[in-house]
Amino acid sequence: MSGEQLIDIVLLTLLASTAIAIARLRNLLATAMLTGIFSLLGACWMLFLDAPDVAFTEAAVGAGMSTILILATLCVVNAEEKPSRESPIALVAVLLTGGVLVYGTLDMPSYGDPDAPATTSPITRIYLDSANAPSEQEEGHAAGSNPGDGFVVGIPNTVTTVLASFRGYDTMGETAVIFTAGLGVLMVLAGARHRRPDPSMEIEPEPVDEGPGK
Amino acid sequence: MKNHVILRFVTKLLIPHILLYAFYVQWHGDFGPGGGFQAGVIFAAAIVLYGLIFGLQAAERAIRPGLVQSGVALGLLLYIGVGIASMLLGGEFLDYDALGHDGQHHGILLVETGVFITVASVMITVFYSFAELIRRQ
Repeated sequence: MSGEQLIDIVLLTLLASTAIAIARLRNLLATAMLTGIFSLLGACWMLFLDAPDVAFTEAAVGAGMSTILILATLCVVNAEEKPSRESPIALVAVLLTGGVLVYGTLDMPSYGDPDAPATTSPITRIYLDSANAPSEQEEGHAAGSNPGDGFVVGIPNTVTTVLASFRGYDTMGETAVIFTAGLGVLMVLAGARHRRPDPSMEIEPEPVDEGPGK
Repeated sequence: MKNHVILRFVTKLLIPHILLYAFYVQWHGDFGPGGGFQAGVIFAAAIVLYGLIFGLQAAERAIRPGLVQSGVALGLLLYIGVGIASMLLGGEFLDYDALGHDGQHHGILLVETGVFITVASVMITVFYSFAELIRRQ
């Protein structure tokens, strides 16, 4: 067994045990911290899969921001989960969903498969060629000699190229999703904030000092 | 957190580096891992850290709530604006080649800046909203 495989196994075991601990714990503060640890372990694993961009996002969002936001939520609500009655229907539903998910993964290429569609697809070659050919840039522009489609971006980080150029529409949609989520949180929490101080008053004058964002 | 001298001191040391790193991730995203999304979250993390240690009011003095609220929309508008600009310059929507010489590079940088502004603003806005909620309780 190679060292890399050993690291994979250790990381995946840690991930699984953290997940089981999260499911079993009743104390929500501990659960929030464990969720952060789960994200950090996930980020480590992504790094070993040679996906630093994903690892970066996972570490910053999963381990950093969302842990803080979950902790902030815990300040407002009760920090202990209510004991719930475990019904057999829930168990069946969970097992069924889990089974379907595992069944779905059977269609995916195995770990490190050199014949995976992502490696063999001609689109992959076009993406990599267009992104990683800064020396061919002038040539490609002048004569259209690039075998792909004469389209050269010339930026070394392929992930950025794919995200912002080839998949520019997707990224715009993602930004719109974040925008909508922020707007939703703002409306829900700001509404709760303005109503709270004086519940007897039905109609409150709209505050005008909300800033230019409205 | 008034009495936590070590926390306050270490935070003061860390925040400039976190902010600088956020901008590094933003402007270096073409060459290394990272981009607007990650940079936005790192930037917001610095502000959140400041708010946690020095209080919500200090953070709101540094980065005004009205500013980030407009930033939520501004980033997306910048992104769409790049698309519309490339249309006006004769290309298709988000076709950066229409933006002139080295258009791909500039287009990607502008679009990533839009992502950065929206992500950072949303994260800071959500944090402000939660912190305000906790303070009112």
